[in-house]
Amino acid sequence: MNMLIADPLAETQAGKARALMRIVIVGHVDHGKSTLIGRLLHETGSLPDGKLEALRSSSARRGMPFEWSFLLDALQTERDHGITIDTSQIRFRTMARDVVLIDAPGHTEFLRNMITGAAQADAALLIIDAVEGVRDQTRRHGYLLHLLGVRQIAVVINKMDRVGYDKARFRSVEADISTELSNLGLTAQAVIPISAREGDGVARRSSRTAWHHGPTVLEALDSFTPAQPMRELSLRMPVQAVYKFDDRRIIAGRIETGRIAVGDAIVVMPSGTTTRVRSIETWPAPIDAAGPQTASAGHSVGITLDDEIFVDRGDIVATAAMRPKAVRRLRARVFWLGETPLSVGASLDVRIGTAGVRAILVRIEHAIDPGRLSPVGAAEIARNHVGEIELALTRPVAADPHSVNPRTGRIVLEADGRIAGGGLVLSVDVAEEAAPRRSIVPVKSAVPAAERTRRFGHHGAVVWLTGLPGSGKSTLGRALEERLFSRGGMPMLLDGDTLRGGLNADLGFSAADRAENIRRIAEVAAHLARNGVIAIVAAVSPSACDRAAARAIGGSRFYEVFAAAPPDICEQRDPKGHYRRARSGAMSGFTGVSAPYEAPVAPDLAIATHLLEITAAVDQLERFLEEVEVLAGADQRLSPDVSI
Amino acid sequence: MDRLDELEAQSVFILREAFARLRHVAMLWSLGKDYNVMIRLARKAFFGRLPFPVLHIDTGKKFPEMYAFRDRYRTEWQLDLIVEPCPPIEAMDPTLPPAARSAARKTEGLKLALDRHGFDGLIAGIRRDEEPTRAKERVFSPRGLEGSWDVREQPPEFWDHFNAAPPPGAHMRVHPILHWTESDVWAYTRRENIPVIGLYLARDGRRYRSLGDSDITFPIASQATTIDDILVELDATTVPERSGRAMDHESEDAFERLRASGYL
Repeated sequence: MNMLIADPLAETQAGKARALMRIVIVGHVDHGKSTLIGRLLHETGSLPDGKLEALRSSSARRGMPFEWSFLLDALQTERDHGITIDTSQIRFRTMARDVVLIDAPGHTEFLRNMITGAAQADAALLIIDAVEGVRDQTRRHGYLLHLLGVRQIAVVINKMDRVGYDKARFRSVEADISTELSNLGLTAQAVIPISAREGDGVARRSSRTAWHHGPTVLEALDSFTPAQPMRELSLRMPVQAVYKFDDRRIIAGRIETGRIAVGDAIVVMPSGTTTRVRSIETWPAPIDAAGPQTASAGHSVGITLDDEIFVDRGDIVATAAMRPKAVRRLRARVFWLGETPLSVGASLDVRIGTAGVRAILVRIEHAIDPGRLSPVGAAEIARNHVGEIELALTRPVAADPHSVNPRTGRIVLEADGRIAGGGLVLSVDVAEEAAPRRSIVPVKSAVPAAERTRRFGHHGAVVWLTGLPGSGKSTLGRALEERLFSRGGMPMLLDGDTLRGGLNADLGFSAADRAENIRRIAEVAAHLARNGVIAIVAAVSPSACDRAAARAIGGSRFYEVFAAAPPDICEQRDPKGHYRRARSGAMSGFTGVSAPYEAPVAPDLAIATHLLEITAAVDQLERFLEEVEVLAGADQRLSPDVSI
Repeated sequence: MDRLDELEAQSVFILREAFARLRHVAMLWSLGKDYNVMIRLARKAFFGRLPFPVLHIDTGKKFPEMYAFRDRYRTEWQLDLIVEPCPPIEAMDPTLPPAARSAARKTEGLKLALDRHGFDGLIAGIRRDEEPTRAKERVFSPRGLEGSWDVREQPPEFWDHFNAAPPPGAHMRVHPILHWTESDVWAYTRRENIPVIGLYLARDGRRYRSLGDSDITFPIASQATTIDDILVELDATTVPERSGRAMDHESEDAFERLRASGYL
């Protein structure tokens, strides 16, 4: 009999709490999971006072015989349906350790809940009804344990009372399940005959199964070993965020595998930039000024780097010598829980570490119903089925094959913003160009630029308005558009916010997304300019580097115009209420509050938008465009451009 | 790395995910022990100061010691505190039992705060071991438009990948200490020297194990005058933590009904 230990405090005070084991109970519906858990709680003295009596009397009121499983059916809905619908977690203690028992539902319909529960487990108890033997959900759960990476398994053959504690029946079921598991590369640590209802084999040996020389269920639980942080593998730290709360630039994330030390040479993937670890940051600041020098797998840390290299959420900080791959294509073995079957051409969001990337399913190699372990054709992967697939990612992401690193070698699939599958990375291909450039032949416009210039009275150009939110870029852009149009020109306003509604709707506000946002706007603006239009871009474009890239795309008639209202005035204006929300902490990464704005050092033109009336500001812009001969001044003809 | 270190690292990871993936989060602050631990964890996650507001849904019926605690530590911990008063009891569903009806005010106060501030994420300090329906929770738990919780339709959540896209107009509840136990909370409080409201410690043979509204929360018999005493007491007890919270026990499904309609 297992009892509570006498004085846990002595251990806790020494900073050494008892080991915690997370064990999931899986198996076919009605094979006795809840009954076994109820029995375990009772046998270990873990039930709250009066709970058993309350349930017995509640059963009596309902006119039902008492069942051990009622202990778990805390929810009204569950009692009504008589089945466990979601993962529930129950704690108890054995002699050796604290145990969290994760009760996973056996019904196919709730496979997503079984996965939620089993993925947290260090070990699994697979329960099988001695009468029914191995059923489809037994196989399905076995397969999923394999995919979820649960390697420690004990099999419990329940309801031995219903087969008269027959040894031959036990051996037959034992042989079936052992074959199934070994096909998945799994071996059961023990196969145990029990009757959860009667208590045989759960906490104590039973004379009715005297032929069984293996452990009881409790002994099997105590023989599992808790999962250890993977310190011995190479360093992998997926970046959760980069914080600039003060003058430090802290890269925050959890070390999934390996160790990190101050001074280590590291690489940031997928970019491949290398630098060294300057410090490991903690709060509260350590009393001795030095701070921690090392950290290892399992720790959530913040580090600073020797160089101000570009790092963003989704990147992986890794050992420079043993880096993950920058992956553009990968093969994976996945389970699928989505309502709509997964088919070739499907667009999915793939999560690897902290990275999220859009991907296209380009191939299905196998599709299997793990309940029957038979191929079901490779056309699609149905709900609750598994398969091997190939994904093409829309941008390179750092990843490893699962065989190299179990943490950065697994993926989660999302459909419509909801997790709908996951699996193991079987192999990765290095990044390559999405479309080979040599196959692209640009088509030139039929109307020569000179013709357009004659008609519009101006050359094509890009007027790039940059400035803090609230600095008046959009207002100025609109007024300029109006002015140019009224003098017969062909202006077109490209407003950053407007384009985020469509062209750039897939982009967020990470540094990489901001850069891509600017690149796309610049490409559109440059195309318009080549075709005689004056493209007026109104976009915060906070990064000097991104604006330099835009200028490179924009061509020779690219003009950076700085809407130079000071920050306090922009914040006071706050036309869209963004500053207020950013100050309240409601908007993160907001330029001017929690993200930097790099003001242009040498803009082509700076306009004091806070001092000038809008008409005066547009006058200034118009004069500038005449000076640079985009617009023809009074009595002046524009000469055709040689080439733009 | 001991168990408290592991718990802390996991909670810090969750808090950082919430801040990175949701647009507009707030952390609830009930002033109780779990929430004070959560604030400590958030200060660790974000290097000293919370980058989001802290929300106290105020029934106006907390113990005076709790208000004193709030007023002191909002300043000391540099919290950006929002206090949201709850609507009166008359506005609550009259079919609920009396204490549950009283507790429902908090749910309505929460809905008002959500409407007013447009949060898409609320960080809450519930734990699996407190209560059976909470044992079924996800770390990132989507709520319906009315703040409702549909336990039957919970999306899968595994490998620390969270569903962070609430349906338009709805919000996510984020539970960074879901995996902690009552003993963990006290052991961590002791290790980190987190201040404790005096009501948790025994005076005249009684102490509060869980703090809620003063009219529907009752003390337990206890001799635990220090956190060490509490840890020893918890180790021996088989009485549930929320036994002093009247609304949990009025009828078999009262607490589940509260939770389904958006209670924590």
